[in-house]
Amino acid sequence: MNTGLILQMAADGFSDRVIVSIDDREMTFGQLQERAHNAAGWLLEKGYQRVAYLDTVSEAFPVMIFAAGIAGIPFVPLNYRLAKEELDALLARVENAVLISSESYTSPLNVPDGMTTISADEFMSFPAGNAEFPDVSPDAIAVELFTSGTTGTPKAALLRHENLMSYILTAVEYASAGENDANIITVPPYHIAGISAVLSSSYACRRMIQLPDFTPESWLDLARKNNISNAFLVPTMLSRIIDYLNEKKIDPELPALKSLAYGGGKMPLATIQSAMQIFPEVLFTNAYGLTETSSTITLLGPDEHRQAAESDDPQVQKRLTSVGVPLPTIELQIRSESGEGLPAGEVGGVYVRGDQVAGEYRGKGQLLDAEGWFETKDMGYLDEGGYLFLGGRLDDVIVRGGENISPGEIERVMQRHDAVTDVAVVAIESEEWGETVAAVVVAEADESLTTELQELVKANLRSSRVPEKVMYKTELPYNETGKLLRRVLRQELSDAIASGTL
Amino acid sequence: MSGMILKLGAKLQSAVCDTQIMVLTAPKTELDLRCGGVPMYVAGEDSVEGDANESLMTETLTGKRYVDADESMEFLCTKGGAGGLSLGDLPLEIKQPKALPSSD
Repeated sequence: MNTGLILQMAADGFSDRVIVSIDDREMTFGQLQERAHNAAGWLLEKGYQRVAYLDTVSEAFPVMIFAAGIAGIPFVPLNYRLAKEELDALLARVENAVLISSESYTSPLNVPDGMTTISADEFMSFPAGNAEFPDVSPDAIAVELFTSGTTGTPKAALLRHENLMSYILTAVEYASAGENDANIITVPPYHIAGISAVLSSSYACRRMIQLPDFTPESWLDLARKNNISNAFLVPTMLSRIIDYLNEKKIDPELPALKSLAYGGGKMPLATIQSAMQIFPEVLFTNAYGLTETSSTITLLGPDEHRQAAESDDPQVQKRLTSVGVPLPTIELQIRSESGEGLPAGEVGGVYVRGDQVAGEYRGKGQLLDAEGWFETKDMGYLDEGGYLFLGGRLDDVIVRGGENISPGEIERVMQRHDAVTDVAVVAIESEEWGETVAAVVVAEADESLTTELQELVKANLRSSRVPEKVMYKTELPYNETGKLLRRVLRQELSDAIASGTL
Repeated sequence: MSGMILKLGAKLQSAVCDTQIMVLTAPKTELDLRCGGVPMYVAGEDSVEGDANESLMTETLTGKRYVDADESMEFLCTKGGAGGLSLGDLPLEIKQPKALPSSD
């Protein structure tokens, strides 16, 4: 069982169907099958141990994923947005690799001696060779993905063929896409969602339309031209599309759009509510997952979105801010700091188990515990119905006078205020408590609003959760894949407090 | 009863048509898995010969999952063919997919 099976099945069934298009170029499953095999043959002949990629998304991207899979060596996409020093450090760690890139990316870098660099076009144009393709073991490494390294040196997460295949065979039905379906791909190749998009689109036999440089205008334009039926967006992208439509006072004009999935970061309640109004016919899905879990592990599906929007029951309404329930093949537990399972409603660490959960980094061994559980380092709780509500990363927990406070529960309460577009809760230093709660709010700055928000938190949670300081901004800082940059906010808050402006 | 113990992820080949299947779940007992009435064999190992039973040439479809009555075993058809799958004489059936919403 390896990713080559996905391509084989898709090419057997739909050789002439276009799998990927970008600008005016396109590739069918048959062509992808041929190019991937030819490239795999070349990799085997040359004896490379890795395929590294440093560039924006292109039609060569699926060729690389499948060629590496067929050859049985890891595919290692690198983040082209990193600084030169960071990329140099990563390149030095990618041993015995061929690097697929372009001059504009490689020329400033110290490409290690012995690392061959070729272009994406070259990688797609190898002639058929005489290579014998190995029977790739399910436990061979399919992908090495460097984590974003927001809390230290990036780690190389290892995903084996059996992890990725377990996810695909659970989440996707073979050939479930129609002839005219098309998915617009905006996630970059170095993100797990970029990898899983290729695998799931291929298994569903759904055409991918690649968009390397997202802007609301370019997304809408490309989506209209291609009559797209499906899309995945990180919350920041969805929010920019909505702002653009509102600003220009125009309709989206996407009659073929059936399904819009989102994930990769916290979705502000106001954003998803406006999105559901702007796209009343579209089915929304929230997906939560990590690199280490081969992407999606929980889903909030279209029915639940609709129920939450229509229900009078506060518990059901609130589910719009949850990430849904685990996939049928995933087990999930909330545990206390001492490792005990916690009942519904109590906040703790999120642990998961299942065949798609890899939980492994190169050089660090297996991080799953003896029973196969993986600590996500996300905080959260389950409601009575088993819906998961996330409350930020373990590293983001606010320790106020020995009490652990998860930012998520406070953010969810503050979001309910009509004036609040987006909100982040972070720790600030406190002489009295060690750390205490502060909030950064996207709203019109207003003395009385601060008091209202503090009252709202006090009434719904406990007084220890009330933000001592509230700062107002026009937007919150997110990275390009939708991750909220809390450390930036912590810095801004501490600067503002030090200078006496807050 | 003749048969074999199947490993998860093992690929099996039909002796009478193009059908290939992959083992998704299987009990750890010997199974007499047939296609077109003739025992299947592990891909890459010695092939089996036999005459197809015409009444069992009910075809397999790529991408469908096949299960026995109590779903104690499940196979993914990775290449469709003319023969139908059976456990001994008992035909396997197509499992109805549990539709999950598309998330990527």
